[in-house]
Amino acid sequence: MSSIIRVEELSRKYGNLTAVDHISFAIDEGICFGLLGPNGAGKTTTIEMMEGILSPTTGTILFRDQPIGANFHERVGIQFQHTALQEFITVEETLKLFSALYMRHRDLEEVIEICSLRDILKQDNRKLSGGQRQRLLLALALVNDPELVFLDEPTTGLDPQARRNFWSLIEKIRAEGKTIILTTHYMDEAQELCDDIAIMDHGHIIARNSPEKLLSAHFDGVLVRLPWEESQPLPFPGNVRRINNHIEIHSRDVDRTLHELIHAGVHLEGLSIHTPDLEDLFLKLTGSSLRN
Amino acid sequence: MRKLLALLHARNMEFLRDRATLFWNLVFPLFLVFGFAFAFSGGTDYLFKVGIVGAAPEDEAFLQEEYLEFVPYDESDRAAEKLRHHQIDLVIDFDSGSYLVNRESPKGSAVEKLLLASPGSALERREVSGKAIRYVDWLVPGIIGMNMMFSCIFGVGWVIVRYRKNGVLKRLKATPVRAIQFILAQLFSRLYIVLITATIVYAGSNLILDFIMLGSYLDLLAVTALATLCMISFGLIFASRLKSEELADGLMNLATWPMMVFSGVFFSMEGTPQVLQWIARAFPLTHYIEAARAIMLDGSGLVQVAPNLMILALLSALFLGISAVSFKWE
Repeated sequence: MSSIIRVEELSRKYGNLTAVDHISFAIDEGICFGLLGPNGAGKTTTIEMMEGILSPTTGTILFRDQPIGANFHERVGIQFQHTALQEFITVEETLKLFSALYMRHRDLEEVIEICSLRDILKQDNRKLSGGQRQRLLLALALVNDPELVFLDEPTTGLDPQARRNFWSLIEKIRAEGKTIILTTHYMDEAQELCDDIAIMDHGHIIARNSPEKLLSAHFDGVLVRLPWEESQPLPFPGNVRRINNHIEIHSRDVDRTLHELIHAGVHLEGLSIHTPDLEDLFLKLTGSSLRN
Repeated sequence: MRKLLALLHARNMEFLRDRATLFWNLVFPLFLVFGFAFAFSGGTDYLFKVGIVGAAPEDEAFLQEEYLEFVPYDESDRAAEKLRHHQIDLVIDFDSGSYLVNRESPKGSAVEKLLLASPGSALERREVSGKAIRYVDWLVPGIIGMNMMFSCIFGVGWVIVRYRKNGVLKRLKATPVRAIQFILAQLFSRLYIVLITATIVYAGSNLILDFIMLGSYLDLLAVTALATLCMISFGLIFASRLKSEELADGLMNLATWPMMVFSGVFFSMEGTPQVLQWIARAFPLTHYIEAARAIMLDGSGLVQVAPNLMILALLSALFLGISAVSFKWE
């Protein structure tokens, strides 16, 4: 597969602070690419440079092997993290306004259908709920039938149901063959949607692969968790870590681990067995929690 | 062009549906006009005023009359203009040995009888005509100008700064729209909003107060359009970069208040310190009010107010240039 967009040695400084530090990666066409990391990791700075909104301090961005040019915004769709919509106009008028700003068009009826906006077309932008608003913002990113869609934390602040609904919209868009670049600090979102992810921390990319490959590379087995008590010493040497108020045992054989624990006289109350996910991976890689 | 029209339409919708702002834009200036008309309607002077041009003979008896105030004028034309506007009641021009009276002024004919009854130089009678100019007639161009100024500067400046702060501009930056298309859309939207509100305010207060309008409505509209353009361009300077509504608000107040006070909205700048008058010449509002008053009260045409129009045009070009060069989406 050829890459649709590629960044090379990209950096961005704000005064003395280096938000993004010489990162390089390429994104294949037609996939959903996830840029993950905690708040302040440099995700939004990176995606905004790729969107042509922020200029990089150093480095290059190539869209289909060409530097970002005059018609770049004609070919991509962007949903920002925070965007106010013009007030006193309706959802339908907002769609028409944005549609008129592009040379390329997609039939608005289709966009309305994909983003489930039919019922709120006549509603004033000021009166939209969080989920409706995000659906409209996504629709605005689709009015020009883009080849590449940028979504910056699209589900932050949505309730669980609205988040799931939004995920199905993203699935629909991906099914049409569009490339999606998504930033998120929800690991379940990345695991659900992304074919390929890069985990960022302190302006660097610290891991890069598909979620499955990353997990299988770093974890082999399950995590057995026990509440941590002052009085109860760590039961046995091995792959054991203390995280906040529990201890975590990395186990390749659950039967054997449980036997060993019982043998050592450890109370098993509050024990849980957990399959490692991206959040665990992040903890392992950085030693800090994603939602800190 | 399509992009510009789409942005223009969206901005117009936003303005028209924001009922509170719309109401305020129309009602506030009407209040001001009626308020001032009411406040200054009564209390005419009991004294008669007579304009004197040239040197009077030493023993001129008429000049000894009580209850008359004599106002010297250097030029007879200027005195005649005051007479036409009922600001004085009679003019005696000793240079040409004549006197002027306004045939539409009852006070004028009273003073004329006094003059004819007093022994003294034989003077040739000449007439001028002109309706009395009330304060409100004089005030209306000022109020319309002032309202236009606030509506343009705050309407454009504040709105764009808010768009920048809340990310509307950033969203537009992510589309193929160019800054100049956005600026022009804002400019045209405000231009016709202001022209329509100014027309409604004018027509609405005219219905009740029946102003003097000696010139052409078309000329007045043209002058108003140019001045509106100039004010919007001025507002765009504030809008070009600022991110904070509070700062923008402060700066716009700083710019508009001196104009409101020293552009002759409420009182004539004649007789104020020369420095202040010079400063006022730099204000676009001064030139609009002068031109609008000349058209309404003196029946001037565009040719007579050309110097004002030239300055407004130059200022517009200057302001627009500055804002186009300094504009930033974020």
